[in-house]
Amino acid sequence: MLRIDHVSKTFNLGTVNEKTALSDLSLHLKPGDFASIIGSNGAGKSTLLGAIAGSFIVDSGSIALDGRDITFTPDHRRSVVIGRLFQDPLRGTAPSMTIEENLALAYLRSTKERTSPFSRIGKKDKEFFAEKLKLLGMGLEDRMRQPVGLLSGGQRQALTLLMATLVTPKLLLLDEHTAALDPGTAEKVLELTRIIVADNHITCLMVTHNMKQALDMGNRTLMMAGGRIVLDVSGDERAGMTVDGLLRRFRAGTGHELDNDRMLLSD
Amino acid sequence: MLQIVQTALELGFQYALVAMALFLSYRILDIADLTTDGSFVLGAAVSVTLTAAGHPVLAIPAAMLAGACAGFVTAFLQTRLGVPSILAGIITNTGLYTVNLMTMGWKSNASLLRADTVFTLLRDAGVGGAWYELLLSASVTAAAGALLWLFLGTRLGLSIRATGDNRDMVRSSSVNPAFTVTVGLCIANALTGLSGAVVGQYQKTVDTNMGAGIVVIGLACLIIGETLVGRGGTGRGILAVMAGSVVYRFIYAAVLNTRIVPIECLKLVTALVVALAIAAPAIKSGAVFQKRRLAAGRRGAR
Repeated sequence: MLRIDHVSKTFNLGTVNEKTALSDLSLHLKPGDFASIIGSNGAGKSTLLGAIAGSFIVDSGSIALDGRDITFTPDHRRSVVIGRLFQDPLRGTAPSMTIEENLALAYLRSTKERTSPFSRIGKKDKEFFAEKLKLLGMGLEDRMRQPVGLLSGGQRQALTLLMATLVTPKLLLLDEHTAALDPGTAEKVLELTRIIVADNHITCLMVTHNMKQALDMGNRTLMMAGGRIVLDVSGDERAGMTVDGLLRRFRAGTGHELDNDRMLLSD
Repeated sequence: MLQIVQTALELGFQYALVAMALFLSYRILDIADLTTDGSFVLGAAVSVTLTAAGHPVLAIPAAMLAGACAGFVTAFLQTRLGVPSILAGIITNTGLYTVNLMTMGWKSNASLLRADTVFTLLRDAGVGGAWYELLLSASVTAAAGALLWLFLGTRLGLSIRATGDNRDMVRSSSVNPAFTVTVGLCIANALTGLSGAVVGQYQKTVDTNMGAGIVVIGLACLIIGETLVGRGGTGRGILAVMAGSVVYRFIYAAVLNTRIVPIECLKLVTALVVALAIAAPAIKSGAVFQKRRLAAGRRGAR
């Protein structure tokens, strides 16, 4: 499904702030794979998601999605088939527009070829949106004409998740999407993620700072350090692995301790 | 007195189109589009020139098209060539000065002496009686407002609204924000061009300097309207600019007739009103800060 081959990216090349964020990184995801990524601060986790989503063009290497090379495709074209959530719950929605208008925008990804840009949100669309909103279990289906700016961070992140998957993407990128939420809400959004990804068999790449989450969610755990993937566990090996085991493997793989301030503070 | 009210209403509706353009560019797209001054004169110049040539009706869409082209240049500069948005408008505006002179046959002004305008055509057709000028101005503005409102509810319209609200989100909805900014600025400047076209035929004259400060006056109308009608929703915003523009022209007429402030000072007053209205949130939070600091200081002294 996703094939990343020997991708490198250096920011601020030739200045004192030069930083190699991705270094000859390769990664293949099979259809339906749900991989979680953990790693030290500055290991290149978010940069990897940015490279896939097209926030910048990589310096070398190639990225292909579902057999199509997207290395030089602009980000707004990639977003037709790639959904993305950020840590900041405010980034994925337009605050002064209503819930239904936000959903209508997200729905553009599917209907672009089929409907004209001058068509309006129809009754059928609204019913479809209400039905989808019900799945979130937050009562948002009764507030469809309210501006999104009135929602809480958790509600906005859940809505963003719904928007990113309203049209089933080929790949879903989650960049610590529950890290800025309170524990209860984070748990709820995570559960919704699990359900939506499983129900639609979405290939998913999730960055997290929670080691337990990285072992519990999905079927693969990746560890990054210095712009590379240093550990990739799945199957039986992963099933029997504990957080301590994961840390030991990390030390063995990189020769130093895992260093992520948020990771050490979280349970 | 009736004459004063009538003129204020007519001008109010004619200039409401500029405020509507700014509602689209400034309020919705969050871009201060300084092309406005130039595209207003461009619309008037195209309109008056074509009217003089005997095409008063054709002059209206032609002026809108010219305005849209000006908007396209500004949009191209900022979305494709990386020129900061305010500077892009200023650059286009400066270039338009020459284009406007050219449109008027290299003169700094032009007048219609006995040529038919859309207004005289309506009068000769016997529509509207003594109020034909108001009827036409109000209908054009109402029609433009209704079309804009309908457009902003379409999928493309939604993308344009989201562009000013959250550009990242537009990108992740498979829409290119460069495209939506371009469409938005073209429509905004087409509206400004339409305003210039109507004003040009109404006053039967065009002058290269008639656009000076139009953008600030348009913003004043927008702010007055939003204060009166309130903010929220696109429909309300469009009604607000119409109301704001009419009220502004009534204030203008009142100042002109009573001389409370000399009429020469009106632009300064307008500028002050706009600056204060836009600065209001900063002034408010500054006042709250000072109040708290003073309160804390008093407690410390005790």
